[in-house]
Amino acid sequence: MDLGLSEEQEMLKKSARDFLQRECPKKLVRQLDESDEGYSSELWRKMAELGWMGLAFPEEYGGSGRNFLDLAILLEEMGYNIVPGPFFSTVVLGGLTILTAGNEEQKMRFLPKIARGEMILSLALTEPTASYDAASVNTKAIARNGEYVIKGTKLFVLNANVADYILCVARTRKTKDPEDGITVFLVDARSPGLKCTLLKTLARDKQCEVVFDDVTVLEKSIVGKRDEGWPIVKAILQKAAVAKCAEMVGGAQAALDRAVNYAKERVQFGRPIGSFQAIQHYCANMAMDVGGSRFVTYKAAWRVSEDLPAALDAAIAKAWVSEAYGRVALSAHQIFGAIGFTMDHDIHLYYRQAKAAEIIFGGADFHRAIVARELGL
Amino acid sequence: MDFTFNEQEEAFRKEVEDFINNELPADWVEKNTYWPAGYGTLAQFEELSPQVEQFTRRLAEKGWLAISWPKEYGGAGLSHTEQAIFHERMSYYRAPAGEVATLIGGPTVMLFGSEEMKKEWLPKIARGEIRFWLAYSEPNAGSDLSSIQTRAIEDGDDLIINGQKIWGTAAHVSHYAWMAVRTDPMAPPHKGISLVIVDNTSPGVTIRPLMNICGFHSFNEVFFDNVRVPKRNVIGEMNKGWYYLMVALDFERLVIPIGSFRRTFEEIVQYARETKHNGQVLSRQLLIRNKLVNIAIQIEIAYMFFWRTAWMLDRGLVPNIEASLLKLFTTELSQKLANTGMQVMGHYGQLESTSKWSSLQGRVCLGYLDCISALVGAGTSEIQRNIIAMRGLGLPPK
Repeated sequence: MDLGLSEEQEMLKKSARDFLQRECPKKLVRQLDESDEGYSSELWRKMAELGWMGLAFPEEYGGSGRNFLDLAILLEEMGYNIVPGPFFSTVVLGGLTILTAGNEEQKMRFLPKIARGEMILSLALTEPTASYDAASVNTKAIARNGEYVIKGTKLFVLNANVADYILCVARTRKTKDPEDGITVFLVDARSPGLKCTLLKTLARDKQCEVVFDDVTVLEKSIVGKRDEGWPIVKAILQKAAVAKCAEMVGGAQAALDRAVNYAKERVQFGRPIGSFQAIQHYCANMAMDVGGSRFVTYKAAWRVSEDLPAALDAAIAKAWVSEAYGRVALSAHQIFGAIGFTMDHDIHLYYRQAKAAEIIFGGADFHRAIVARELGL
Repeated sequence: MDFTFNEQEEAFRKEVEDFINNELPADWVEKNTYWPAGYGTLAQFEELSPQVEQFTRRLAEKGWLAISWPKEYGGAGLSHTEQAIFHERMSYYRAPAGEVATLIGGPTVMLFGSEEMKKEWLPKIARGEIRFWLAYSEPNAGSDLSSIQTRAIEDGDDLIINGQKIWGTAAHVSHYAWMAVRTDPMAPPHKGISLVIVDNTSPGVTIRPLMNICGFHSFNEVFFDNVRVPKRNVIGEMNKGWYYLMVALDFERLVIPIGSFRRTFEEIVQYARETKHNGQVLSRQLLIRNKLVNIAIQIEIAYMFFWRTAWMLDRGLVPNIEASLLKLFTTELSQKLANTGMQVMGHYGQLESTSKWSSLQGRVCLGYLDCISALVGAGTSEIQRNIIAMRGLGLPPK
């Protein structure tokens, strides 16, 4: 067993921490939260120069040839700092999907551009039913003259507002088995008939409504095989859930660090509030949540990285970390007291992130149901 | 990172597994009512039946009673990860795998005892010939351990001890007290304590049973009335006992019965799979599934804390926060497991093993009581949280 980070991973972690502290201060985070685009092209370019977008792509596609676990470690740091923008949707939802399910032409066309920071991707999966099961995919793609015409409404689509291409999960055939007949398309976001509307959300992340109103795509834009897209979606969701956990672990660690620092400095009754047991015990519980979350996440990320079956570990991680981050963020708020309730303070940024991260890719109940299934209950 | 065992670890795990299958009495796992992290039934391990005595002897022959000790002292000289693998497997089968002498006393003597002391005590401990009980707590010194008052006065080559200890787990079936005494009453509380080994059969030692709520005689209160102990039984230097004691606590870090959590959980799951309620097996009922899954997830997290602690120890890192988290998380899980067991079993959960209607040897009934002790012994949950906050996170004491 080896339960530590390699030297390379430690370096990645540290350099990411330093870079983000310098280049993505909370002032910028707030600006981006307020903006419609939700990302800074300058920061985006610098991240690409550091090789972050292509971190987990093989070198032949312009990447650095590192693995999913390395990406998870980077995401942990991004969660620690909070980095608004389409990194997650571009790299995890888009890039990794093309890498694992795309054909050679698609890989050559998309991955090097993603790695260079020249392309933003998004995944249009969920619909107004807001769930992650195959039966909820009702957006239709109808074959017509060697092309497909997509019609339907996608909801909670991350960063579609700035995406160049959108991976659209659509139904190409309806049979008794809802998992049959699903196809994944790569859709140019500027296609006629595609309309994107930004949603105002709790975490001010850029989730969108994307309406496909007879959007025409070519047959060659299918990722994988026609009607056999559901396993691709399942694989995306599993990776996304684990990657999101990594981000959450970082966020929870940040909330803990901030709360502990504050508890050491804030004086009431003539002593630092961190000397009171009530506060100490909050902090201990937070540390327990952060520590517990980190290693179930690493284990799941490692399994994904090694191409081992990861359904159980991914579900365990998402079920646990989703709620743990929420507890940590809430305790941090309690420790900061009234000042934490002000817009000027940073801690609410984490509180908001925690909820958004909990919900996306299935919440705790959703993943507990998977755990039950995996355990054969 | 690598979450699998390497070849050597895998082979060792199998060796332990085979050993248990060959040597542990066939009905032991079922009969033993040990609840994960509970103290209530611990004396079962010491009240050895001839078969279990034989098992312990075989453990000693392999050096596994002193698994992490160097070979020169009769140990197996294995890594922390291997030690963790050993304890995981042993606890999964609820097997007796060491006690105070092998897990705490021996390692402390090894670090701080004189050569003479090591020669006198370590081989006997490693061979499983003698057992210690932990004589720390007193009626007025529980969580505030440094306030102990049991007094030891020097008299020539001896110490004369007067006072009272309490919660002496298995003192009645052990041979020696591993004991903290006050040797300098004028010094600050933690600078006047010494550690000493005291023979249970010394004149003036009176052991009285305390029945715990499980109905077991696990604990004792022990009185010391002018008990004479040779000074050579003092560990290291006089008045440095508090420091030794803190180090000794570190040795308990990997002695978390992690496997027993999984074992007991599997038994409850099995029950849920086999028991129908309103025409449907319990394990298919949503609320029950949710409760079981919650436990399964937390067992996985407990395991991660466990392996991570072993991994850190092997690399010479100090698992400060991790070790306290491991203790805190697992003991609280012990209680959650008992609650879940009760919820799954409903009416049947309250039946003791003697009832013809009872299931799972009545272990959930007993565990529901026993789990209370897990959060109190070896530093209450509150003390653990204080340690995590102050030592781990650096929060101020005042």
